[in-house]
Amino acid sequence: MSAVTPIVEPGITNGTANAGLRGLLRRPLAVAALIVLAVIVVACVLAPVLTPYQPLSQNLNAVMQLPSAKHILGTDTLGRDVYTRILFGGRPALLGALEAMVVFGVIGIILGLIAGYSRDAVDRVISVFVDLLMSLPGIVVMFAVLALFNNNLGAAMVTLGLFSSGGLVRVVRAATKATREELYVAAARVSGLGSMRILLRHIAPKLVGPIVIQVSLFAGIALVVQSGLGFLNLGVVAPAPSWGGMVGEASQVISQSPWLLVPSGGIIGITVLALGIIGDAVRDINAETKSRSGGITRKRALAPKATAATAPADGDALLVVDGLRIAFDTPRGESEVVHGISFSVRRGELIGLVGESGSGKTVTALSLLGLLPPNAAITSNRTVFDGREFTSLSKEELHQLRGAGIGLISQEPMVALDPSFTVGQQLREVIRAHGGISRADAHRKAISLLEDVRLPEPESVARRYPHELSGGMAQRVVIALSLAGEPKLLLADEPTTALDVTVQAEILDLLRALRDERGMAILLVTHDLGVVADFCERAVVMQHGRIVESKDIDQLFGAPEHEYTRALIAATPSLIDLTDVEAQNVEVASNAR
Amino acid sequence: MLSMIVKRVLIAIPILLVTSALTFLLQALIPGDAARAIVGAQGSQESYQQVRDQLHLNLPLWQQYTTYLGNLLHGNLGTSLFTGEPVLQSITSRLPVTLSLIIGATVVAAVVGIVLGAVSAKIGGWLARLIDVLALVGMALPNFWFALVLVSVFAVAIPLLPATGYTPLSQDPGLWLASIVLPVIALAIGGIAQVAKITRDGVSDAMEQDYVRTLRAGGVSEGALLWKHALKNSGVPVVTVVGLGFVGALAGSLFVENVFVLPGLGSLVNTATTQHDVPVIQGVALAYAVIVVAINLVIDISYAFLNPKVKTR
Repeated sequence: MSAVTPIVEPGITNGTANAGLRGLLRRPLAVAALIVLAVIVVACVLAPVLTPYQPLSQNLNAVMQLPSAKHILGTDTLGRDVYTRILFGGRPALLGALEAMVVFGVIGIILGLIAGYSRDAVDRVISVFVDLLMSLPGIVVMFAVLALFNNNLGAAMVTLGLFSSGGLVRVVRAATKATREELYVAAARVSGLGSMRILLRHIAPKLVGPIVIQVSLFAGIALVVQSGLGFLNLGVVAPAPSWGGMVGEASQVISQSPWLLVPSGGIIGITVLALGIIGDAVRDINAETKSRSGGITRKRALAPKATAATAPADGDALLVVDGLRIAFDTPRGESEVVHGISFSVRRGELIGLVGESGSGKTVTALSLLGLLPPNAAITSNRTVFDGREFTSLSKEELHQLRGAGIGLISQEPMVALDPSFTVGQQLREVIRAHGGISRADAHRKAISLLEDVRLPEPESVARRYPHELSGGMAQRVVIALSLAGEPKLLLADEPTTALDVTVQAEILDLLRALRDERGMAILLVTHDLGVVADFCERAVVMQHGRIVESKDIDQLFGAPEHEYTRALIAATPSLIDLTDVEAQNVEVASNAR
Repeated sequence: MLSMIVKRVLIAIPILLVTSALTFLLQALIPGDAARAIVGAQGSQESYQQVRDQLHLNLPLWQQYTTYLGNLLHGNLGTSLFTGEPVLQSITSRLPVTLSLIIGATVVAAVVGIVLGAVSAKIGGWLARLIDVLALVGMALPNFWFALVLVSVFAVAIPLLPATGYTPLSQDPGLWLASIVLPVIALAIGGIAQVAKITRDGVSDAMEQDYVRTLRAGGVSEGALLWKHALKNSGVPVVTVVGLGFVGALAGSLFVENVFVLPGLGSLVNTATTQHDVPVIQGVALAYAVIVVAINLVIDISYAFLNPKVKTR
């Protein structure tokens, strides 16, 4: 057991020390904390000048007084001035914390740098040492030190610093290792700079952030432990003033004078709080320089805008989307990514939604399931699925629609399955989400779904966790999951992009076979025209949030009207021949089916 | 799984050995010698020699340690220099008190922290900020001070619960509970906020993962996504923080037991420290090391439960 370990994510800073300081000064709360801390330190150092009384001088005629002009924080059980005792009591507190901090910092930084920068053997020795340090009962050892070193506070705080330093060693080691791998450090090494120079010039500045966080939080902990010792009348012995000792004295008269708990606990709280705020601020600054992304804001309704496009009239339509607009609320204002598109999907159709990344195709698909983040605003003139208006659907109906009406297959099969549950558990859960089925029936259905997606040994697959599956197997499981609610429309978002070429073909064959068996429509979202040519009967081409062309496959590849479609086809090597030779292309496209 | 447990138990042996060696060596480190420190400058020559004999200080150092270690293996942790009570007996009689406190505090911190964290991941806003503030305040204000405030409110101002004392569980479960409620709350406050913070971060991160989207698209309810899938997937860091909270509560009990005059290991250490009762402190240090080793074992086993990759590796 380390004595006490500050709980901090080991953030790795990108900014330099100066940038960090500037960031700190931009935060009012952090500035206030720095000022409070400075005032407390200066006041305690200058205690003899700033106090009107002696810390030990008693006045038995004025005991346990509340604050007054004469005693701004009141008096204690022996009539001593509380304000005076707090300033004098701060001296051992701050000194003790400083001693612990120095030991903590020196050991943590030196060992961390060595471990992070040196070869395996040294690193491993230090790691074992740290593990040991962290599992030893440091705080009890500190008591033993007090017992043996004649109640010497300094010795106790040094022990505390030593036994707590394991956490800092780990953080510094991790940060050093990360920095070491960066290119400019490698470059410095190649150009012949010595290890020591690299360490000081290039690595050390990057470590300032994580170290400041750890040290400031530990300083707070050391202060609390120091006051705890004073509270137990160890380290600083009454009548000498200490913050913890004053809490202890207050506890003796808790029913007569509860006020005394306030200044004594308050000064500890304020000091430690200031340290904590500084640590938190530095961590926030680190996190900020790491990723400057805007936060997600709440959804705001978009005013419906008139749309030029009209929905295609189609008697056999499963899905009709008319004038769909999608916008995201960002800190930089609203940004519309889909500008009023209209398309339809027939029952049992294999349709492609094609475009390069950023064209709005995935966003369009996810909007149909209500799976966009909360800062997305979706409007349409009309969205009809299976004869029902979408906008009229309540939250519950939309929930029912997920899986039962429309299923989803996403891009990365390896992250699309919950790593903490077996395949069978996830399948059963999705199956049971669609109606009161018993566990046994759900299991039977799960196995039959795994058979449907042509997975060998379905019982064994059901018992496995996602990390025990190959990419192709995982994608088959994801497909099985999407089939669980017997959807009429399957949204397949780049279902083969993350897979090997041979596996890609298998998955597409499987999807086509499933369509033939179940008669559901499949909307394939992809950037890959080769896949479209191979798989789809019809395609909708999107660019910059608009539909530029929408045609049967033969016509699309045979006579692309829009120049963007032509550019896309030209950019797909396996298709170039087709566009050049009119005669060939109909033939190949139909072969591809 | 079994091999992991065996491995962890084997790792515990060097830890306990080092702890014993360390607490033992402390005696040798002190300026002057331990016996003088114990009897004090005014102590008579006779009692000084007696203590030297009792501590085997007249033997060479390595022999002192092997004797100590040999006794240790026979369950003999020595006897208190003051009460003459066997150290092992003092520890076992006081262990239930301390365990009640730290297990209680850990359970409270885990349950309340996880619920608060998961809920605030879902609704965000004021609850998230409250947790941040609570985390800072919980860290800033010492738990013994919290304990005193709790006493002055719930025992003095509104006499609901006893201010001091301990009733063994076997004697009266109701009174036992009443006697540990306030100390458990005082010890749990810091942990609650830390657990809530890490749960909130883990759960909100998990809720944005693809697998949650897959299950949501499959029609799984928001409740199951949050409390089952997101929570289990953020389990490892949460359990780590709960474990740190346990160790923190163990350290905190050294101070908080004093407030409530609870006859646990903490008060044993305090008395032993003021009395320079070395064998008792050595014994308690070992007991703490054993407790920490045990909790680390529990944590490692729960990692295997939470993360299937550990289990099958």
